[in-house]
Amino acid sequence: MEVKVKLFATLQRYAPDGQMAGDVFRVELPEQSNIGELIAALGIPNREVKVAYVNGRARAEVYRLKPGDEVGIFPPVGGG
Amino acid sequence: MWIVRLNMSDRSYKLEEVPERYKLLGGRGLTSTIICDEVDPQCHPLGPHNKVVFAPGIVTGTSSPTSARVSVGAKSPLTGGIKEANAGSGWAPAVAKMRIKAMIVEGAPEEAGKFWMVHLTWDGDQPQVEFLPADAYAGRDLYEVYPEIFERFGDKVQVAGIGVAGEYKYGNSGVVFNDMKQRPTRYSGRGGVGAVLGTKGLKFIVVDASGAPGVAIANETLFKEGAKKMRAALMEHAITKPKGGLNTYGTAILVNIINEAGGLPTRNFRTGRFESAAKIAGEAIFETNKKRMGKEIYNHNCSPGCIIQCSNTLYNEAGEEIVSCIEYESDWAFGADCGIDDLDAIGKMVYWCNAYGLDTIEAGVTIGVAMDSGVIPFGDVEGAINLLHEMGKGTPMGRILGGGAATTAKAFGNPRAPVVKGQAMPAYEPRAIKGIGVTYATSTMGADHTSGYTIAPEMLAVGGASDPLKNEKAKGELSQAFQKTTALIDSSGHCLFIAFAILDISSGFDGMIDEINGVLGTEMSGDEAVAMGAEIIRRERKFNEAAGFTNLDDRLPEFMKYEKLPPHNVVADIPDEVLDSVYGNL
Repeated sequence: MEVKVKLFATLQRYAPDGQMAGDVFRVELPEQSNIGELIAALGIPNREVKVAYVNGRARAEVYRLKPGDEVGIFPPVGGG
Repeated sequence: MWIVRLNMSDRSYKLEEVPERYKLLGGRGLTSTIICDEVDPQCHPLGPHNKVVFAPGIVTGTSSPTSARVSVGAKSPLTGGIKEANAGSGWAPAVAKMRIKAMIVEGAPEEAGKFWMVHLTWDGDQPQVEFLPADAYAGRDLYEVYPEIFERFGDKVQVAGIGVAGEYKYGNSGVVFNDMKQRPTRYSGRGGVGAVLGTKGLKFIVVDASGAPGVAIANETLFKEGAKKMRAALMEHAITKPKGGLNTYGTAILVNIINEAGGLPTRNFRTGRFESAAKIAGEAIFETNKKRMGKEIYNHNCSPGCIIQCSNTLYNEAGEEIVSCIEYESDWAFGADCGIDDLDAIGKMVYWCNAYGLDTIEAGVTIGVAMDSGVIPFGDVEGAINLLHEMGKGTPMGRILGGGAATTAKAFGNPRAPVVKGQAMPAYEPRAIKGIGVTYATSTMGADHTSGYTIAPEMLAVGGASDPLKNEKAKGELSQAFQKTTALIDSSGHCLFIAFAILDISSGFDGMIDEINGVLGTEMSGDEAVAMGAEIIRRERKFNEAAGFTNLDDRLPEFMKYEKLPPHNVVADIPDEVLDSVYGNL
């Protein structure tokens, strides 16, 4: 299945070359994959990820993705 | 320790002993307590009976990291309630080092339209004050005036002041402090405190702390232990450490995540997503600078002794500075909320706010309301900048806009005023992030994110996790817990951003308590210190009640109850009982 992925802040370096923060790219995954497996497929060390949003909702690592889901992955961020 | 009382009726001053009941207070705790003690809650905020109180925090001026904060208190011309507006600047430690616990500005000159300035120096064993005429600086761009002040009084001084917005007595007018490069950019922006200083005819307070003895510390060992724990927590946490999130991308690092969550108010709170969010985000600022300057540029400190260092500078194609700094709130207010995705234009709008003495949140939301009312179209960069100039010139249109978002909505017959108690909402949609909605509704300050920043657990997974879209009773408890702790942090003199580190690293919180006990010579537990935070809010609340506020003022605007906010299609639905529980249980 294919999911849409966006990487932000320091995680941008795991995106395909030339992608800016927030640019969508597509990733092919086995059916029933979860967020943790997507993160592994992207080669991102787990400790660098703080929050993952799927279609605008924060979801845990074990959350199973569906085809076409839009996943935004963030390192620790804060401001105000 | 002194209270310095400046009487603007006859330009005299008094140095007063610090009363017993003020000895353990600082920052917001002290400004709010003095306002409660000395200002009639029913006075007109622009009349002679209002006062402006300045107070550095408890540990401000010491070697404690990220603690150069000052609180400015008054009865707010914007909300009609109590106000504490907080800023980071070298001005705060300079005052603290002169052992001045608070400065109270009172009275009003008989001569209309005249301005004075105060030159505060150390005379050998106590502070001394000189009043000087300041008419030559009135009516002018602060970027022009600040260099003249530094030229005249020397490089070592620190300068607080107001711009034309304060002179015109706008509901939107801040008190500005210099940054590390002597620019007029660090604002106690919210609630119109600049206008109150304007009514006093006080344009600048120039502080020269040369020769001052420094902050008295009762228990040096305990203080040092505390400061060490605080420093360690800030250096360790991914958000606050050097080259961490804030140091690299600035506070605007939040644009993308709040947008992703569907909580970034866009085009005057019509949707929770801005299609061009990534173009104005902290990452875009970092990349833009890298491209234009040919190297990675990390952020700098707004004030001495900060190790978080989150202030950015945006450069143009020629490598010249457009503005420093574009905060998340300003970026959002002129960006997403006005439908503008041009970073350079956003930078220019921040610049003009600094030049005129305007609060960027109130200014951006006001322009968003004007756009929503058909004054100019959403996304109109030139039109938006023109509206800022109207405010700067004090034209009739500018005066309506300078009255703030609520005044502007009223003037143009628009029910979509995103305000609570007359103060514009900041950059988080309360329909999509329920806990911050509770804070906006109930805060003694009007809609204010900083007074109970539930965004940390609701959006950022800092200090636990709370589902932002869940309408639950626990949101009342969450907001209350944040409001109490925040009142403590705002009194300590620390920047609120230490919260990211100390929420996750408990030794950092212990460190803050040790620092406070060390300076004051007390033995408060963490719980007792937070209880002090609760007591400060109770005092503020009592002031607001005496000024005429009731629970019915602790509500979100009606349009948010019937307009569904995309993409989650949610309304403001936290029950009134939950809102009322915040103070009911305090």
